[in-house]
Amino acid sequence: MYKIIKKIELNPTVTRMDIEAPLVAKKAEPGQFIILRTDEEGERIPLTIADYDREAGIVTIIFQKVGATTEKLGHLEEGEFIQDFVGPLGTASELEGLKKVAVVGGGVGSAIAYPIAKKLHGLGAEVHSIVGFRGKDLVILEEDFDKVSDKFVRMSDDGTWGTKGLVTNALKELIESGEKYDEVIAIGPLIMMKFVAALTKEYGIKTVVSMNPIMVDGTGMCGGCRLTVGGETKFACVDGPDFDGHQVDFDEAMERGSMYKPFEQHKREETCNLFAKEVQ
Amino acid sequence: MPNMSLKKNEMPVQDPQVRNKNFKEVALGYTKEQAIDEAQRCLHCKTRNCVAGCPVRIDIPDFIKEVAEGNFEEAYQIIAKSSSLPAVCGRVCPQESQCEGKCVRGIKGEPVGIGRLERFVADYHNENAKEHAVKPQSNGHKVAIIGSGPSGLTCAGDLAKLGYEVTVFEALHLAGGVLVYGIPEFRLPKSIVQKEIDGLKELGVKVETNMVIGKVLSIDELKEEYGFEAVFIGSGAGLPKFMNIPGENLKGVYSANEFLTRVNLMKAYEEDADTPIKQSKKVAVVGGGNVAMDAARSALRLGAEEVYIIYRRSREELPARAEEVEHAEEEGIIFKFLTNPVEILADENRFVGGIRCVEMELGEPDASGRRRPIVKEGSEFEIPVDCVIMALGTSPNPLIKNTTEGLDTQKWGGIIVEEETGLTSREGIYAGGDAVTGAATVILAMGAGKTAAQAIDEYIKAK
Repeated sequence: MYKIIKKIELNPTVTRMDIEAPLVAKKAEPGQFIILRTDEEGERIPLTIADYDREAGIVTIIFQKVGATTEKLGHLEEGEFIQDFVGPLGTASELEGLKKVAVVGGGVGSAIAYPIAKKLHGLGAEVHSIVGFRGKDLVILEEDFDKVSDKFVRMSDDGTWGTKGLVTNALKELIESGEKYDEVIAIGPLIMMKFVAALTKEYGIKTVVSMNPIMVDGTGMCGGCRLTVGGETKFACVDGPDFDGHQVDFDEAMERGSMYKPFEQHKREETCNLFAKEVQ
Repeated sequence: MPNMSLKKNEMPVQDPQVRNKNFKEVALGYTKEQAIDEAQRCLHCKTRNCVAGCPVRIDIPDFIKEVAEGNFEEAYQIIAKSSSLPAVCGRVCPQESQCEGKCVRGIKGEPVGIGRLERFVADYHNENAKEHAVKPQSNGHKVAIIGSGPSGLTCAGDLAKLGYEVTVFEALHLAGGVLVYGIPEFRLPKSIVQKEIDGLKELGVKVETNMVIGKVLSIDELKEEYGFEAVFIGSGAGLPKFMNIPGENLKGVYSANEFLTRVNLMKAYEEDADTPIKQSKKVAVVGGGNVAMDAARSALRLGAEEVYIIYRRSREELPARAEEVEHAEEEGIIFKFLTNPVEILADENRFVGGIRCVEMELGEPDASGRRRPIVKEGSEFEIPVDCVIMALGTSPNPLIKNTTEGLDTQKWGGIIVEEETGLTSREGIYAGGDAVTGAATVILAMGAGKTAAQAIDEYIKAK
């Protein structure tokens, strides 16, 4: 059992939790993830490690309530426990040696982009963060990004935060204005990463994306998370989750991600109804 | 006077047309009377070939003698000296090629139902034993076991009985390895696996779940920082193989590992489970081993109307146990022999819509002695299915190899060990089971765990 030390609602649907997991904290690196199970009957879901404190033995996760399990997780309070919490899994992002990087985050994906920006900043790289949300109400980690970015471009779909438009618009502008990046790191919805990769391909800038397919075990024993990268099948849980954005078959990944949609929707409604009843 | 009936006492089973709709155990087990009657078929021959056929060398005629006299707990104590998981082995061992394959009664008629008797005795003990196992006096030495499958649990049990302080590290959230995620409930009820693991805990074995060795901790850290004097690697062969044919990444294509993990470990067959599984009408399972049978029979129980086993060789070469194949046929699984998939076809929503196959014929025997299947020209045909499960075998996960310096492995990933001891290329590190041999059987893994436990005991005592 893993204790919830701290819980903060970052916005109406996104929650940050600090979990006591000393062994995970000891080894965690940006780009890696954990698998958790809220309770005995629960499913296993992957969440990226958003931060860690090796001394305090704490791992931070940031999640959006999008379905039954994240809904259940969101109802757990400080002092309560998560049944299973395993990690760090996956391969850490390769950040050593990068001098100037554009870190692009979209929505809750920003929670995964942030530790990468932070680590790059710590390594002395010049970090340009381009972060996008649908609107002002959904913004997370604004101050955190500000602290670790040499340049911080805020974007929103509706113009209520920063500039109105997509992160790809901002990235294109920076590139056109003459900024020379060693690498672009994009983390967010698949469709966003697809378009960032398509843009940078035109300019020949190496681009790394963090993939988020369906996972079960997260240790390489089932292949549920397989993707096509450069024409080859890869398991995101062990070979990734970071991949060369110019090699990933995003359309296939988007299809595979939708495999259980009706089930998920049904399960979520069931869970919400359950909590609604408890409140009454 | 022994019972000279040429046939085994039949095992009561659930009716095929009832059981193919539920996940309850198929074989129901002997009654006391049936067990005693079957035990009386043993001739107590001098050769005791059955014992030689058992990878963990259970004193078979001795325990059977106790059963024949109605002393079931005494029979259990005899088995327990050699086996840590009798309720499991009695159910899933391929007895026909091991103990029962060597039984003299099998020369003329059927061999003694050794597996069924072992199962009866273990179940009787689990239901009736009042005395709990006593934790042996500690000898102060610590041993780490990586993986809680059959080899790891056996190694742990044997070392605990010798007084070692044993910790088992398991990557998943439940201990048992293939016994919990692979073999379905209808062949091996999970409550039975749990009881056997509880028995080990009573002997003082600690089980740490959610511990992916190679990620959370390395083997070298276990030795250097945590003071484990020896390590046994029983991490199995859990990396699934795919065919690399077009369409393999369509929605509705599973590895057997994923399909069975969802069904067994995550209980996706239960109506209110949080873990989803695709509801399919027509399912193709590619492969001919026990895993293929398990996947096919599970798909049927999840409500599929037609389930095909697609196998590139003929019936004679099926690697699955004869009993499992018979059970599958009785339940209505359709076998397509000498058939090989070449492409998985998509429907309009990019789910699986069918599978394109070719017919095969058997050519000359290859290096392994099996006749090599060759494609028949112009024999392409399609089967409409909405789900495909690939049960082509597995290989060892490279995680341990990649994070343990100096650990020698075969090209295909199997850890190289000394056969008599299980010692790897690193001092104090032993390995056994599928991690060494590639996918094999539960009982061979147990035998390897047993061998390594003995070698570890000798190694630590000699230090």
